[in-house]
Amino acid sequence: MNVWRLARLVARKDLQIEWNSRVLLNQVLPFAGVTMVIFAFALDSDAVLERVAPGLVWLATMFSMLVLVQRTFAVETDDGALDALRVAGTDARAIFLGKAMSLGAQLLVLEAVLLLAAVVLYRQTVPVGGAVLLVTTSISATCGLAAVGTLYGGLAAGFRGRETLLPLLTLPAVAPVLIGATRAVEAALGTAGAVVSDGWPWVGLLVVFAVAFGVGGSLAFGPLIDE
Amino acid sequence: MSAPVIELRDAVAVLGAFPALAGADLCVGQGDILLLRGPNGAGKTTLLRLCAGLVPLVRGTGRVLGLDLLTQRDEVRRHVGLLGHQNGLYLDLTVGENIRFWGATVGASEAESIAAMDRLGVTGRLVDIPVRKLSAGQKRRTALACLVARRAQLWLLDEPHAGLDAAARDELDLTLRHAASSGATIVVASHELERAGSLATRTVDVVAGRIREPGRS
Repeated sequence: MNVWRLARLVARKDLQIEWNSRVLLNQVLPFAGVTMVIFAFALDSDAVLERVAPGLVWLATMFSMLVLVQRTFAVETDDGALDALRVAGTDARAIFLGKAMSLGAQLLVLEAVLLLAAVVLYRQTVPVGGAVLLVTTSISATCGLAAVGTLYGGLAAGFRGRETLLPLLTLPAVAPVLIGATRAVEAALGTAGAVVSDGWPWVGLLVVFAVAFGVGGSLAFGPLIDE
Repeated sequence: MSAPVIELRDAVAVLGAFPALAGADLCVGQGDILLLRGPNGAGKTTLLRLCAGLVPLVRGTGRVLGLDLLTQRDEVRRHVGLLGHQNGLYLDLTVGENIRFWGATVGASEAESIAAMDRLGVTGRLVDIPVRKLSAGQKRRTALACLVARRAQLWLLDEPHAGLDAAARDELDLTLRHAASSGATIVVASHELERAGSLATRTVDVVAGRIREPGRS
């Protein structure tokens, strides 16, 4: 079967699992919301919050992403389904791409909610001119995060202590996304006098990152999970 | 007479440096239910994994469903179902969703998936129940229906009765007999000789990586 068709099948299956279990809705989104509120308590200054809001949004996204990645691989290992997929000769690239697509879709929902929380809690405003940059940043950063999360989630899934191993592997790897996405969103929102044109080079970095991890991940995923 | 489903000649497979199979000869025909007997570490699981295309053949010759184990292992995997201690199911999907998903991975139509459910008696309300809520026996039956949906022609079962109560074991045996009568070939590795022996149409011993027919030295 065609790799993309199989990838869509895997993605649809993962989204069906999410629809049935409501983990994103009932656990991950509340966790992300609580994180945003705690940041506000910790910084306790409107001026500081307005300045650092884009970074906090992406930090909360990354912490919440770890929960999503743990979940997306827990459903594969609970009853040996990932092994069964490999035993059945399912193309590992399709598994990688499918899981990344599903994770990306859930991350986009998460980011939308977090941006809304930033508008409400941190008094952010989205200028009309920055909307395109904001959406493009969100999509390109999501692709990178989903690729890294899927790659390291698959790697950690086979190890004991995967709950602690996953953040150790993932957070350093996504540091370029954190930096690039934060700068680009600052430009989109006009934080500290930034202008929209400042953000596009950072989007370029995010796209390069997403392509590198997307291609590299789809090639490396099979040997990693087979080990 | 049709070609054998499994044909091994002097097959050697190694785990690390250890020869888990050391010159195994085996021939299994279509519709057989073959029981593999033997102590732990004798090579039963390795034999199943070799036939599933998961362990490479390092010496000898081997064909499964007419496909060469040396050169067509990936192709072998697509036609073989291996069921170990876990069922390979998604616990948060319903029974029907699981079977449809596994069928779709090989391009099976909705009608084929429904036929797989019917064949394994996975019908009625059971189809819409999340796998997490099933009994161990129902999960096994669902896993076997997934094998049917993905058109596995050779079923390799490692300790299939483990963890099942008496009723679920009876149910599993009935399912396997029915599958074999419908053309599936089944190889079972088991320590539960009384239970699996009554199910099998043929039994072989696996001893130190070799296969012996009972009664022969």
